[in-house]
Amino acid sequence: MSITIYVPCDSSAISLGADRVAAAIAKEAEKRSIDIQLIRNGSRGLFWLEPLVEVVTQEGRLAYGPVQVSDVSSLFDANFHQGGMHSLSLGLIEELDYLKKQQRLTFARIGKTDPVSLDDYLNNDGYRGLNNALNLSQADIVKAVTDSGLRGRGGAAFPTGIKWNTVLNTVSDQKYIICNADEGDSGTFSDRMVMEGDPFVLIEGMTIAGLAVGATQGYIYLRVEYPHAHRALNTAIEKAYQAGFLGDDIRSSGKAFHLEVRLGAGAYICGEETSLMESLEGKRGLVRFKPPLPAISGLFGKPTVVNNVISLASVPIILDKGGDYYRDFGMGRSRGTLPLQLAGNIKHTGLVELAFGLTLRELLYDFGGGSASGRPIRAVQVGGPLGAYLPESQFDTPLDYEAFAAIWAVLGHGGVVAFDDTVDMAEMARYSMEFCAIESCGKCTPCRIGSTRGKEVMDEIIKGRDLNKNIPLLRDLCNTLLNGSLCALGGMTPYPVLSALNHFPEDFGINDKANAA
Amino acid sequence: MTESSSTQATVQEIISNLKNKPGALLPILHGVQNALGYVPPESVPAIAKGLNLSRAEVHGVISFYHYFRDTPPGKHTIHLCRAESCLSMGGKQLENHVKARLGIDFHETTADGKFTLEPVYCLGNCACSPAMQIGEDIYGRVSANSFDAAINETEELA
Repeated sequence: MSITIYVPCDSSAISLGADRVAAAIAKEAEKRSIDIQLIRNGSRGLFWLEPLVEVVTQEGRLAYGPVQVSDVSSLFDANFHQGGMHSLSLGLIEELDYLKKQQRLTFARIGKTDPVSLDDYLNNDGYRGLNNALNLSQADIVKAVTDSGLRGRGGAAFPTGIKWNTVLNTVSDQKYIICNADEGDSGTFSDRMVMEGDPFVLIEGMTIAGLAVGATQGYIYLRVEYPHAHRALNTAIEKAYQAGFLGDDIRSSGKAFHLEVRLGAGAYICGEETSLMESLEGKRGLVRFKPPLPAISGLFGKPTVVNNVISLASVPIILDKGGDYYRDFGMGRSRGTLPLQLAGNIKHTGLVELAFGLTLRELLYDFGGGSASGRPIRAVQVGGPLGAYLPESQFDTPLDYEAFAAIWAVLGHGGVVAFDDTVDMAEMARYSMEFCAIESCGKCTPCRIGSTRGKEVMDEIIKGRDLNKNIPLLRDLCNTLLNGSLCALGGMTPYPVLSALNHFPEDFGINDKANAA
Repeated sequence: MTESSSTQATVQEIISNLKNKPGALLPILHGVQNALGYVPPESVPAIAKGLNLSRAEVHGVISFYHYFRDTPPGKHTIHLCRAESCLSMGGKQLENHVKARLGIDFHETTADGKFTLEPVYCLGNCACSPAMQIGEDIYGRVSANSFDAAINETEELA
């Protein structure tokens, strides 16, 4: 009987040597005349164990990790290909606590399958949502998404169903579906994992969106920093066309949907939806004024749905199992699951998909195992570079859109970056201003000029100069950015800056919190 | 054929293949940079003509996006992540080491033309910070030692 061995093709796994390990396993098997089938799967998202090798046995898939090339020969000596014990043995993959405690809906398949195998996709519940959608009216597809309570996972948390409904009800000869795959937030990688680990789920979600609103053309706007995702998407799109899941006549339904990947070019601002559309139109990525809403006048002036990767990748399961099924996860107005990304100075970094409601502390310690350095976690930035820094006193906040808003923080795209006690929060505040200056599109003055002035003021503060003048100046500047910017880049840069100042005034040379105000 | 006329021929072919796409400018610029390593200023008039744009518009787009460059890069481009997750894992110290080791700052190329150093704001490898990319190869949990090893290996392969 042939032996099946999985080695992830996820780029994070590759960054830790997965390609070399895969090559070494193939070579060693050949040397020992052992017949193996080597499959490159997506990553399970347990990155401290990558490269994580799995072997199929009668009991289930056994995991070994982290495997380096130098371990391969001893793994074969231990008969790992028949489930033999080794010092890297982790037991059955599905029984690992980190995975077992999760509720994987959007990530249900990732790590189990060969990402670009359409057969694998179909054999693991793939395209069931589309099959249902093909038998529903447009309004009923939109209703299922509305009923699910799904809110935009890119960060703004706008109800997806309402957006779709607006596009459905706007009459036009041409409409578009855009997938915002410009995942530029530091600490986030869930979009990348989906595109590399299960590209068909995104294709299916976009196809359903196209059917729902009457759009026949979709674009995935992918950041150029993701070459592996680019290849996986293009391979999957080609296969979907060949099998009739994309094209002029989807599964003989007479309905059309076409899909193309377009690459960004290293501009963070192009993750903002109007800037993204400018870029797709071949222009500088300048933010547009709203209104008009993209849902009414978007790409090339046509009604356009712009959704994040995770939002669209959550649609197939909603259409497969129903809006109610998805809505039954979560708390308050945050329904369903959120794929959280544990990053930075964390021992067990990875992807944790759970219903809303877990506390940040549970995530950091129960899943994350505390800091990687072994030092106390001092600050955590949630929601990317425009998200607030949370001090230890706020770690019991539940991961829920409204609970975060109540403490002047954001969940954003679900990225969580931990810092230990060696961090200098004044330096981080300066960095936020610098980042805003580098990435500002330049259209509005508060962001374009304010960010540069903010960096200069932070330089003065870091040098300890005129704090009684410069701290109020920084606050005043943040107020201008917050209220006067055209989009979230300028409008939210004050979140990390002011939260750093408010929660960690001692790093700004202020000894008591009262004087920081 | 001279080098310049072969460059123009390459650019012209890319333009004619892609110019009918809606919003063709970015795909064309990617095509040119993929083929030549950069977007030569002398290719701008041809691109502008092909898309019925002004040269200023094309130049404006090239200069807006960090990824597009109008000068040739070194043999290998190193993208070093400067974002928060990497900073939380010693990214600043790594950045100092990388600059000292190569003897260059960001946006510069080593004197021997082997390496160009560019900052990047997130490679999506935040679970394995600090991260960098050399060409298309991505590296995680980069230390001063593993950076040196990666550089030496890249030089040997070259």
